[in-house]
Amino acid sequence: MKLRHLALVAALAVGAAHAATTARAQDKSIVVASTTSTQDSGLFGHILPLFKAKTGIDVKIISQGTGQAIDTGRRGDADVVFVHAKSQEEKFVADGFGVKRFDVMYNDFVLIGPKTAPAGIKGQDIVAALKAIFAAGSPFVSRGDKSGTHAAELDLWKAAGLDPAAAKPAWYREIGQGMGAALNTAGAMGAYVLADRGTWISFKNKGDLAIAVEGDKRLFNQYGIILVNPAKHPSVKKELGQCFIDWVLSADGQSAIRSYKIEGQQLFFPNAESAELKKAG
Amino acid sequence: MDGVGALDLILSGDRTLFAIVRLSLLVTLSATLLAAVVGMPLGATVALTRFPGRDAAIVMLNGLMGLPPVVVGLLVFLALSRSGPLGSPGILFTPTAMIIAQAVLIAPIIAALTRQLVEDLWAEYRDELTAMEVGPLARVKTLLWDARFSLVTIGLAGFGRAAAEVGAVMIVGGNIDGFTRVMTTTIALETSKGNLALAIGLGLVLITLIMAVNAIAWGVRQWAERHAG
Repeated sequence: MKLRHLALVAALAVGAAHAATTARAQDKSIVVASTTSTQDSGLFGHILPLFKAKTGIDVKIISQGTGQAIDTGRRGDADVVFVHAKSQEEKFVADGFGVKRFDVMYNDFVLIGPKTAPAGIKGQDIVAALKAIFAAGSPFVSRGDKSGTHAAELDLWKAAGLDPAAAKPAWYREIGQGMGAALNTAGAMGAYVLADRGTWISFKNKGDLAIAVEGDKRLFNQYGIILVNPAKHPSVKKELGQCFIDWVLSADGQSAIRSYKIEGQQLFFPNAESAELKKAG
Repeated sequence: MDGVGALDLILSGDRTLFAIVRLSLLVTLSATLLAAVVGMPLGATVALTRFPGRDAAIVMLNGLMGLPPVVVGLLVFLALSRSGPLGSPGILFTPTAMIIAQAVLIAPIIAALTRQLVEDLWAEYRDELTAMEVGPLARVKTLLWDARFSLVTIGLAGFGRAAAEVGAVMIVGGNIDGFTRVMTTTIALETSKGNLALAIGLGLVLITLIMAVNAIAWGVRQWAERHAG
């Protein structure tokens, strides 16, 4: 009898917990799979309340590396994907998992390194910098997690004609973690690391790290947004998802992105085509 | 600069922090209850019955106490994903998914410890219960009821494990701000943002919470033992 009571209590508790926590989920809400850079930099904390105030839609952000975020979309576990690795995004759409890809905004990558500059790097040329790191065997932290930043890093090594990810020398350390964790690790081991500028500016544990290379055109970092294809996954909330995408691309959304600043520095630069057209018109 | 951040948050009764603490407790207490309801009768049944392969079952139960949270998270994720077998209700990335993952994680701990406890108790009661011709189901109930004070400690072992883990809830909950963000995932997030002092502060809050739950359980046990006579 006591056991039956316990079972009843447990069932009630789980039911209540479910009701208490999913009541809000019944409201208008969508799941957006995005990247650690957009979340950790605080961008969503700035723009989502504006979107919510206008539409009443709750946006639930899952922040993952770009590769994992795209996979979340592919499995149908998100309504919208908001990431930064154009070739992976185009493949996602080409494979039929996404409806259409739109440019949203950009920022740039920066090469972060110890202030002591062990590889003697300072300047603008990222390819020359990577060659110097390779030649000196200076510690380098790689995200190693198939994120957008990881993909960009591998492309830059390729541009330098080098492939440490295949050779795996001792100084090249793949940690398989997010941007913040990679910065923490680089700081602790006095290593170089490629980071997106947004995360770098908002990062609170800079310690002895500083920007070693910035301003190279090859460090451009474009973000795109895609609605997960309802034809593949009927559970996708296409109206609400499309509403979010439309807003992000609208003049309102673009100016919300533009107005996000930390210590006076703008973190992301909106460049959606539709907004450009509106501005031009 | 954030050294006092966590303290400030607590003292000012920060609403976000309060919501995170509330969700942590709700998820972990629900998971513990669910795991206890499944695990305790299961453990007692294994202790009191003889069946072929029983030794293997006990070894497996004991071994599952070491289930890695990240593996549990991954399995529950794959099951609850829209592309998985249980995907249609859309439970993934909700607190319910987190409760399920934590319950799966700690049910073996509760079952294995209960099995040992009841088996030891059975050695004491065997003659009495056999003489009274008590049936198997009634034996399970009688022994569980008699062991109830010790079972609280077993429940607390499960609670502690669930409250402390981050791997499973991160994967199945998605660490969504204001919806599935709990203490451990917040600590992981703040660490990755480089807010180390704030992360430590939140860690202290979490440890304090776990202590408080244990203190309450201890108090209830003392009170109940006195009144049980």
